[in-house]
Amino acid sequence: MELLNNLAIGFGVALHWQNIMYCFVGVLLGTLIGVLPGIGPIATISMLLPATFVLPPVSALIMLAGIYYGAQYGGSTTAILVNLPGEVSSVVTCLDGYQMARKGQAGKALGVAALGSFFAGSVATLLIAGFAPPLAELALKFGPSDYFSLMVLGLVAAVVLAHGSIIKAIAMIILGLLAGLIGTDVNSGVARYSFGLPELIDGIGIGTVAMGMFGFSEIIRNLETSAGDREVFTKRIEGLLPNWKDIKQCALPTIRGTALGSMLGILPGGGPVLGAFSAYTLEKKLSKDPSRFGKGAIEGVAAPESANNAAAQTSFIPLLTLGIPSNPVMALMIGAMIIHGIQPGPQIMTAKPELFWGMIASMWVGNFLLVVLNLPLIGMWVKLLTVKYDYLFPAILIFCCIGVYSISNMWMDVILAALFGFIGYVFIKLDVEPAPLLLGYVLGPMMEENLRRALLLSRGDPAVFVTRPISATLLVISLVLIVIVAAPAVKKRREEAFQEG
Amino acid sequence: MKISHPKNFWGGVLFIVLGATFAVIARGIPHVDFLPGYAMGTPARMGPGFFPFYLGMLLLVLGVIIAAGGFKVHEGDPGTVEPFHWKPIFWVLASIVMFGLLLKIIGMLAAGILLVIGASLGSRDFRLRPVIILAICLVIFCALVFVVGLKLPIPLCPDVEALQQFRMCRA
Repeated sequence: MELLNNLAIGFGVALHWQNIMYCFVGVLLGTLIGVLPGIGPIATISMLLPATFVLPPVSALIMLAGIYYGAQYGGSTTAILVNLPGEVSSVVTCLDGYQMARKGQAGKALGVAALGSFFAGSVATLLIAGFAPPLAELALKFGPSDYFSLMVLGLVAAVVLAHGSIIKAIAMIILGLLAGLIGTDVNSGVARYSFGLPELIDGIGIGTVAMGMFGFSEIIRNLETSAGDREVFTKRIEGLLPNWKDIKQCALPTIRGTALGSMLGILPGGGPVLGAFSAYTLEKKLSKDPSRFGKGAIEGVAAPESANNAAAQTSFIPLLTLGIPSNPVMALMIGAMIIHGIQPGPQIMTAKPELFWGMIASMWVGNFLLVVLNLPLIGMWVKLLTVKYDYLFPAILIFCCIGVYSISNMWMDVILAALFGFIGYVFIKLDVEPAPLLLGYVLGPMMEENLRRALLLSRGDPAVFVTRPISATLLVISLVLIVIVAAPAVKKRREEAFQEG
Repeated sequence: MKISHPKNFWGGVLFIVLGATFAVIARGIPHVDFLPGYAMGTPARMGPGFFPFYLGMLLLVLGVIIAAGGFKVHEGDPGTVEPFHWKPIFWVLASIVMFGLLLKIIGMLAAGILLVIGASLGSRDFRLRPVIILAICLVIFCALVFVVGLKLPIPLCPDVEALQQFRMCRA
């Protein structure tokens, strides 16, 4: 009954009119950027970080979380209507969703996507509420060496589950760890890699890095490809509510998608993209007639849409219980917590129950708002899609620039972000995914701190990482993961899995 | 030897350069004044140089492995680096830098208009009139949302004192 009690505290916070309003703003903005290709949750959340300074921490985090899962809803709208994924996680939705739209079933596809997402969101919220407390309790027993090994596991898993070359991703994480060390070292007071610039003494804000690498470099890349002709379904969209037959057809895929997405979301690096891909593959395998897929199969929309939303939610579990980000967006959430003076980690749940449970309850509220508001608003989103990118990108650019400047009111940050934009562009051209860098960037100082403490306690003996049971287990799992993925057979299958469709 | 996968080769080289830079700055070079390095310490009492030095070295090693992959032939993947499009790179980044430099001096309204017009020069078909209208609408919108609404301390109008100082410096 403690769970009910806790949820009651949470809903008490989340249903405060002010928090409902910020939740609404968050999911609305999230849907907006989800609909618009070329701007994702990472750039948006970093853009809005400074705007949340004036808010109480709970409201700020509720709004930022809303942007993240709201984007999953918006992404599917674009995927279905324009065959253009608004977010990476809705790439698979294009396959069958767009085909449904071409057959005149756009409304049904949108309805199934929204309702499936709502179901998945509700289940995932309950999962967070149930799983987070025992995990947080376990995490309180962790010593510095265990924490260090946990972060190693987190980073390894993030690399293994992400797509693209593994070794490049590891290199990118290490680069991120190094970049995270820029600024004053807490233990010795030495300003590292600051080149004598006073602006670098406090390090570079994560918002600055994120906006440069994901906002600016994305804009440049979009400008070099011609827009092409998009076939937008601007006709009136009707029949949003699925009929009884559709519901029966979608019930099991939705449940399976939710289960798969929830599990993959908890894993570091998993998140919505992997969830959606796996759910689609699973449905295709289980289907009696796999040839229907890619030609407008309703399960091909329901399953990945539920999976990506479930995963977006459960990826909050490691953040809230261990203080460890499982993907770049969660890394930004840690940044947001620190800005608001909250030390992320297992103690949040006991020290700030209203924040912890309030955020969880708000996710359900947010999912509800998304279904109720978005279905009627679809017409408006479609209109937005007809705006030319030539007029869209200057707007994104000016919001980003003002956002970067406002994080600490330093003009130097704007110039640094431009530099990171160029670096991000170069890396994309060299086929190196920039996302892992952000994970390393947040974890860098934490890892160094725990490594130092662990070795100080053991008097410099590195054996401490293998003699402590928790730490040893975590390191063994990381090692096994690397070995499995490096095995040629798995390597090939992994590449296939990400090229599905 | 022939580079058969330039993307991997140059990616590796980039990591080697970055890793070496971080490691050298952490370790320092004797008798070079601007590279004093940070104290390394011992594993039990790590100095500020310890962690970054070994991470830098690790990055360097990974870079070598990635670059070595550039000599292997990848079937069905020529691995050629797509050409850089300097026009959008230049206009977008230059406008951002200019915005950063000018914001405190000429204020957000003017700097924002310059940013929008400058960045638009990087797009494929640039038309002056709609871009100017867009720029004016955007800065007004930003002023209302960020300065009036959210009360962020962003200068809107030119800073007369800073401008005068600038003029005096030139005189």
